[in-house]
Amino acid sequence: MVPIAPIDPSPDTPSTASPKTLFDKLWSAHRIVQRENGDTLLWVDRLYLHEGSFHAFEQLVQRNASVAEPGLVFGFADHYVPTHSRTKNIANPEIARMVRTLNDNALRHRFRLFGLQDPSQGIVHVVGPEQGLTLPGMLIVCGDSHTSTHGALGSYAFGIGASEVAHVLMTQTIWQRKPATMRISVDGKLGPGIGAKDIALSIISRIGANGAQGHAIEYAGSAIRGLSVEARLTLCNMSIEAGARCGVIAPDEETFAYLRGRPYAPTTDQFDTAVDRWSRLVSDPDATFDREHALAAEQIAPIVTWGTSPEDALPIDASVPDPASAPDAERAGYIRAALDYMDLSPGQRLTDISVDQVFIGSCTNARIEDLRLAAAILAGRKSRVPGRVSPGSSVVKQQAEEEGLDRIFWEAGLDWVESGCSMCVGINGDTVAPGKRCASTTNRNFKGRQGPGARTHIMSPAMAAAAAVTGHLADARPLLAGRLK
Amino acid sequence: MEKFTRLTAIACPLRLANIDTDQLLPARFLKVSRAAGLGRCLFQDLRLDSKGQEHPDFPLNRPAWRNAGILVGGANFGGGSSREAAAYALLDYGIRCVIAPSFGDIFAQNSVKNGLLPAAAEAADVAELAATLERNPESSVTVDLETQTVTCGNASFQFSIPGSWRDQLLNGWDEIDLTRSHQDEIETFRRMRRKSEPWLFTRG
Repeated sequence: MVPIAPIDPSPDTPSTASPKTLFDKLWSAHRIVQRENGDTLLWVDRLYLHEGSFHAFEQLVQRNASVAEPGLVFGFADHYVPTHSRTKNIANPEIARMVRTLNDNALRHRFRLFGLQDPSQGIVHVVGPEQGLTLPGMLIVCGDSHTSTHGALGSYAFGIGASEVAHVLMTQTIWQRKPATMRISVDGKLGPGIGAKDIALSIISRIGANGAQGHAIEYAGSAIRGLSVEARLTLCNMSIEAGARCGVIAPDEETFAYLRGRPYAPTTDQFDTAVDRWSRLVSDPDATFDREHALAAEQIAPIVTWGTSPEDALPIDASVPDPASAPDAERAGYIRAALDYMDLSPGQRLTDISVDQVFIGSCTNARIEDLRLAAAILAGRKSRVPGRVSPGSSVVKQQAEEEGLDRIFWEAGLDWVESGCSMCVGINGDTVAPGKRCASTTNRNFKGRQGPGARTHIMSPAMAAAAAVTGHLADARPLLAGRLK
Repeated sequence: MEKFTRLTAIACPLRLANIDTDQLLPARFLKVSRAAGLGRCLFQDLRLDSKGQEHPDFPLNRPAWRNAGILVGGANFGGGSSREAAAYALLDYGIRCVIAPSFGDIFAQNSVKNGLLPAAAEAADVAELAATLERNPESSVTVDLETQTVTCGNASFQFSIPGSWRDQLLNGWDEIDLTRSHQDEIETFRRMRRKSEPWLFTRG
C-alpha cells in the first residue's frame, strides 16, 4: 500500500502563493487526501443520477452498503421517459422497468427524485442549473458524459462510470488524477444568428474529438463573457465531444443573476456571502495553462457535421470532403467510411444535402432560448419534413407554452412533445429509422446514435429550424433576418 | 477486482479512429443487466447487419480473431458516452487489454476499475503492430504491465499508463476499502465544508 499524505484542505489560497487557474482553485477546494502516485480523494458536492444508475445500485446491494449522503444525491428520470404522453402507461415493459427502478431506488435510499410525474421533471443537465442545484465552486458528478454542462456555472463537473457512481454513493468522495489545463479564448463579437453550438463545433473541428483529452478546459475571452448562462451551458456541454475531462467558465454577474431566487440556490440571507465566495473563482491574471487555443469570434460561421464524429464539422457554405484529397491513406479511409455510412458524395455541397426529419431537443440545445431561436425561424413558415421538438425540462415546456412557442411549432407542422433525452440517444423508443437523415440539435452524430442505421447531422437550433423550412441543410442567417430581437 | 500483470493472447486489429462507446455497445443494450450477458452485444452494429447476419469483413468475425483477448484500436478508442457497460461487454467477450494511440477518458477509467488494461502507445507502433497482425493473424501478443511493454514476435514497444492506474491494475485493489480507511479525514472535511459553505447542504 502506498502511504497517504494528508494535505491541508483549506479552500483559501494564501496571497503569497503562485498564480492559480480557476481549475486549480476548484481542485484544491475539494482535496481530502492525496497519495504518492498522484491519486487524490476529492469531496463530491452533488451526485446526479438517472435511470442508468441501476448498475451502481447493484454494486451497493452486493456490498450491503448504504448511501452516505442522501441529501447531496438527486435523481432525474430523463433517459427512458416517454415524450408522447405523461398520462398513459409506458408500453414497453423493459423501458417501464428502467423508470420504475430509479423510483424504487429513490424511495429505498431516500434521495430527492425529479420523477416522471414531477412538475420540474426534465433532463438532468437542464434541470440541475434550472433548479439552482448546480452552483459555482461545486464538484458535481453524474453517470453521464455530458455532466461537463454544469461547468458553465463555475463548477468542476464531469461524467463517470457505474463503479465510480457506486463509490460516490457509498462515500460521497471520488479518486481522481489531476488533469492538465487548457484555456480556449474566444474574443470579439459573434455574428447574428451564431451561437454557442457554432463555437463548440468550430473548436472540436479544429482540435479534434480527443483534442482536449486529459485536460480541463477553461473557456475565456470577451465572446464567452458575452454569452448568456444558457449558451454557456451549451458550450460546456460539448466539452466532452472534444474529449475534455470538463469545461468550466468563471462565474460572473450574469451567473449570479441567473441563480438568484432559484429553488435550491442559497437563500436571501446567504446569497451575498455565497456571491462573495464565488467571485474568487477566476483564474489569476498571471496563471499559466498547459495548453492554449484562441479563436476570433468573427470567424465563426454556422456549422454542421457531415460525418460520424462531432469533429467532422464544416461551415455551411463548404462541401463534403473528398478522400482523394486526404493527406494520408488512413485519413482517406476514415473519410470514405464516414461518407459511406452517411450516404454522401465527395465534393457535394453541404446545402445540397436534403434531410428526412428534424429533432430539436437534448441537454445541449433544448433550453428556452434555444426554443425561442428555432421559433423565430419557424414562425409563419411550414416545415417541409416531419420533426419533433422536445423541451429540456417540464419547466421549459411550461414557459414555452406561456410564450406561445408550442403553437408556432405545431403550426409549422412539427410535434411538440414532453421533456426527456428522447431522440438524442433513442433509448426511450424515439429513434430515427434506418437510412433516414436527421438534422438534430443534439451532441453526437456517431453511427447508430439515433437508432441503428440513422444518419445524424448536428447543428444549432437555428440551423435545425432552417433545415426544417428548406428541407435541406441551410444557412439560418437569411431566414433569421429581421426576426432577431 | 481481478489483477492484471501479464497477458499473452490473440490480438485483433481494428484500425478505425473514433470507435466510440456507442459502437462498443449500442444504447439499446444499456438496459441489459450484466448477468443476462453483454459479451454477445459487443460491437453489435459493426459485427452484424440489420438481419442479424455477420459481416464477414469485420475483424472480430474472422476465424483467426474470434477468440482475441487483445484489441489493437485506433485513436480516441472509447470516446463518447460514459457507459461502463461498454467495458463490461469487452471483458465478457474475453478482451482484457486494448492497445491504442489514445483513449476516451471515461472509458479508460471505467476499464481500469474492471481490470481491463487501456495501453496507450505511439500511433506508429500501434499501426505497425496492426499491420503485423493483418499479415500474420495467428500471432499472439504479450502485454506486460510491470515493464509496460507490448511484444509480438521479435518486435516490442513501450506503452504508457498513469501510475495510479498501473498500481490499481497490478494490485487489484478494492477502492472502497481504501477510501473507507480515510473515514476520519472525510468526516473532518465534511464538517469544515458544511461550516464554510452551508448553502451546499441546506436541503440535506
